[in-house]
Amino acid sequence: MEKYLILNTLNYPILSMLLIVPVVGAIIAMFLRGDTLQKYWSLAVTLITALISVPLWTCFDKSTAKYQFVELRRWFPDLNLDYVVGVDGISMLLVLLTTFVMPLCVLCSWNYIKIRIKEFMVVMLLMEAAMIGVFISMNTVLFYIFWEGMLVPMYLIIAIWGGDRKDYASIKFFLYTFAGSIFLLVSIIALYINTGTFFIPELMAHTYSFSFQMWVFIACALGFAIKMPMFPFHTWLPAAHVQAPTAGSVILASILLKMGGYGFLRFCLPITPAATYYCVPILLVMSLISIIVGGYLALGQTDIKKLIAYSSVGHMGFVTLGIFLLNTGGIKGAMLQMINHGVTTGALFILIGLIYERTHSREISDNSKLGMIMPIYVTFLGIFSLSSLAFPGTNSFVGEFLVLFGAFEKYPLVGALAIPGAILAAAYMLRLLQKMVWDDSDGHAHHGDDSRSIADCNAREFVQLAFLTVFVFWIGLHPTPLLDVMDTSVAHLISQVEAGSVIPEVVRTGEHHALLHDAGVWIKSIVSF
Amino acid sequence: MNTIITSKIIITMLIPMITGLLVMFSGKKPNLRDSWSTLGAILTFASVLSFVPTILNGTQLKYTLFELYPGVSVMLNLDGLGVIFALVASFLWILASLYCVGYMRGLNEHAQTRFYVCYAVSVGAAMGAAFAGNLFTLYLFYEIVSIFTYPLVMHHQDEEGYAGAKKYIVYLMFTSKAFLLPAMVIIYVLAGTLDFQTANIAQGIFPADASRLAIGVAYLLCLFGFAKAGIMPLHNWLPDAMVAPTPVSALLHAVVVVKVGVFSICRVMLSVFGVNVLAETGLGLFTAYFVSFTILTASIIALTKTNLKARLAYSTVSQLSYIVLGVAMLTPNSITGGLIHIANHAFAKITLFFAAGCIFVATGKKDIKELGGLGYRMPWTMLAFGVASLSMIGIPPVGGFVTKWYLALGTIDIHNWILLSVLLISSLLNAGYFVPIFLQGFFGKPVPEDVGVTGSLEKQPLILFMVVPLVITATISVLIGIYPNLFLDLINLMVKS
Repeated sequence: MEKYLILNTLNYPILSMLLIVPVVGAIIAMFLRGDTLQKYWSLAVTLITALISVPLWTCFDKSTAKYQFVELRRWFPDLNLDYVVGVDGISMLLVLLTTFVMPLCVLCSWNYIKIRIKEFMVVMLLMEAAMIGVFISMNTVLFYIFWEGMLVPMYLIIAIWGGDRKDYASIKFFLYTFAGSIFLLVSIIALYINTGTFFIPELMAHTYSFSFQMWVFIACALGFAIKMPMFPFHTWLPAAHVQAPTAGSVILASILLKMGGYGFLRFCLPITPAATYYCVPILLVMSLISIIVGGYLALGQTDIKKLIAYSSVGHMGFVTLGIFLLNTGGIKGAMLQMINHGVTTGALFILIGLIYERTHSREISDNSKLGMIMPIYVTFLGIFSLSSLAFPGTNSFVGEFLVLFGAFEKYPLVGALAIPGAILAAAYMLRLLQKMVWDDSDGHAHHGDDSRSIADCNAREFVQLAFLTVFVFWIGLHPTPLLDVMDTSVAHLISQVEAGSVIPEVVRTGEHHALLHDAGVWIKSIVSF
Repeated sequence: MNTIITSKIIITMLIPMITGLLVMFSGKKPNLRDSWSTLGAILTFASVLSFVPTILNGTQLKYTLFELYPGVSVMLNLDGLGVIFALVASFLWILASLYCVGYMRGLNEHAQTRFYVCYAVSVGAAMGAAFAGNLFTLYLFYEIVSIFTYPLVMHHQDEEGYAGAKKYIVYLMFTSKAFLLPAMVIIYVLAGTLDFQTANIAQGIFPADASRLAIGVAYLLCLFGFAKAGIMPLHNWLPDAMVAPTPVSALLHAVVVVKVGVFSICRVMLSVFGVNVLAETGLGLFTAYFVSFTILTASIIALTKTNLKARLAYSTVSQLSYIVLGVAMLTPNSITGGLIHIANHAFAKITLFFAAGCIFVATGKKDIKELGGLGYRMPWTMLAFGVASLSMIGIPPVGGFVTKWYLALGTIDIHNWILLSVLLISSLLNAGYFVPIFLQGFFGKPVPEDVGVTGSLEKQPLILFMVVPLVITATISVLIGIYPNLFLDLINLMVKS
């Protein structure tokens, strides 16, 4: 087991602390009184968590693809199940994304949440622990526990603090995600029976028969595709986004959607490489459909939040496209795109929440002509809209460019078909921006005869948005540090996939069905278990 | 050829951006705000001018700001081609900023601060495009120009303004996303880098074994992707963008924006694909024929327009294609003719637009038919208009003649009589739509309400702010016809290698 790991050399258990601090914070929060105190306490806890996570970046060893900062404790020796947490170049950035987005989530709920503030903050802190847990778990059981553990707080966030149709949205969210995770559980158990271990690196090293890979791949991919969400499993997302409170939308967009992509990279690709290769065409097609359908639907929305939600479907299409190109450009681009989407779409949801607090409407027409009234707000809106449409010099451009580079290098046709997605992104974001800043013909209406008085961003809101703006330009102009961190892990991942990518001759020629080829053998072994 | 790595060249780009910020924060004090603009323009020009001696020595200046990915960086590289464009654009900005004062105050326009901020940033981005050392940097600044000129086009915020601006941004964003982005990716896949080959215009950046089909596709995508160049069929945004205030039409839609498009096409042809590849694949000649269509058709459309600015817009579409035509013929003479037209067209066309705007502010007239007899009331304006028209037609000694001379030499070098006749016919057409305006100004019948009204319109102080710049640009347009040496030397640096 140790050959995959580099044990934590810091003088404190950094990853466990990332799990424990929010949980302890949540428990203490339950005993605190006073709304203001609650808010400051949660902010402090999330900030401390963010602070604790910084060494993940500063002390990270870029030269190895091994899992780092690992903590290993015996748990259930009989089942060969241990408590193992660690990060590599793929998960480390996502952990940091989580710890840095959470303080913003607390800040953007400051005035937005009016009822049950204590409960809200407790749920948010538990949510943080679960999300970090997903990214740092190194065995499938822990992964599954945290994966399911996220579901409840998220359900509560939508169902209690959501909008008018919160019941519908929260149930839909729960059922979709839960249906996906059931399949995930099945494949985790199947993998355990086949190999006798839950430890992910060992599962990756094991070789499986082709049809077994196919079944596991399909089961996992279904779960991740729903989470992603990939067309045609995307319908829960707009509902959940629209009804969720701002912080819920930010968490959903910035972090939860990334878990699908992370799952593909951590499970599907390395554990079932041959099946991945076999399914690449269909997944590329589904990604392209997601890109175009997401963009097309976004174009027709009048609700700002729905527009951004559909744009997420399109952006996530670029992520899966990059992942299943299975080359360096594609996977690095997809990784970067996940971080970028977390930054940009998170910021856009904060912006929407901000205007909703003021005008109590999410309709574009109710929030138009803001240019003269809210210059600071409009400036941020402009920056993040441009970032969202992959304007050169902003973060999303780098991710999109790398994915397109990967695509044109391998399948030029796929690249060409993804371009309409980029065009649509420009179309719906510029339309939104135009309408919110100026709106249609109103003559010289802005000469002071606009009687509305809407307060511009206050210091708290400014800080949140300015913080994310730094990342927009930092990643947009100098992404090298981030790409360097991924380098070794991505190269290792690609070598893993390539090594196991043999598709049996009989399946390739169509003599045997991919799902049935030699399936008898492993079904027998599972049944006899 | 030497290359000096120096961070000094960022300054040229930064000055207009800082000007934009200063303008933004002094919006409450119009005099201070407008002087920032002029000061910024003068400093920008001075900074470009300070690089000219170095460039004339055959040295290039280079600086890498950020590296995004191996071969993709934000890099500035100043060479002869870039310096021509930067010199012209920054110099005209000085005059345009004076002209703006007269125009915007004369009409008491709203949102002047926004106007000046976007104006300055657009010019700054154009400087960035001129200085770009690779395709990504060029694309970056090209897009910044698109975004920051949008508020200028919709400045009036009326039905027409929004419609024109919408068309503007749709054309520009659609083409850059649909064509330019894939072109850039394909070029990166083929060459492994986006850096320009500025040392030598013959070679290009592709390895010898790169697929000719892919190169052809990338080339066509670039040709259509830079829609700012106004090559048909993607020219339609330009006439509609004329809803903008005239200083915008003048500086941006005759000099900065459209020239960024044309400059980008020339840059890509010479520094990415290279003359050898274009000649070998026949893409050069194809482009020459393709833009010939634009030259002739746009001139014919211009004949049918009676609105002064619309006629000038179609004339711009036609004239821009001369530049591309020259480069596409791929001979030293023709490339010289094409590139020098960047300067010649800029000085002449800005004069024409300045005159059109000046007439509008002074009299409120927009249509050619209404100009009868105006030449006696605004003699300087109409004379300048006449001089600039001569340049557009290509009559010595005005600048445009030099262009046509070198272009004609180019067609003779490649023994192409078709392209030569295109040049001659288009010159006749140019005369056909410019001469009547001038004649109308001096010999046409005044419109009924103007009969008997005399007295100069050019004496009010605000109008003088407009007349002086346009007389200067007309004069320079003659001067660069007589002494084209500075630009010829800069072009020779490239062509000779």
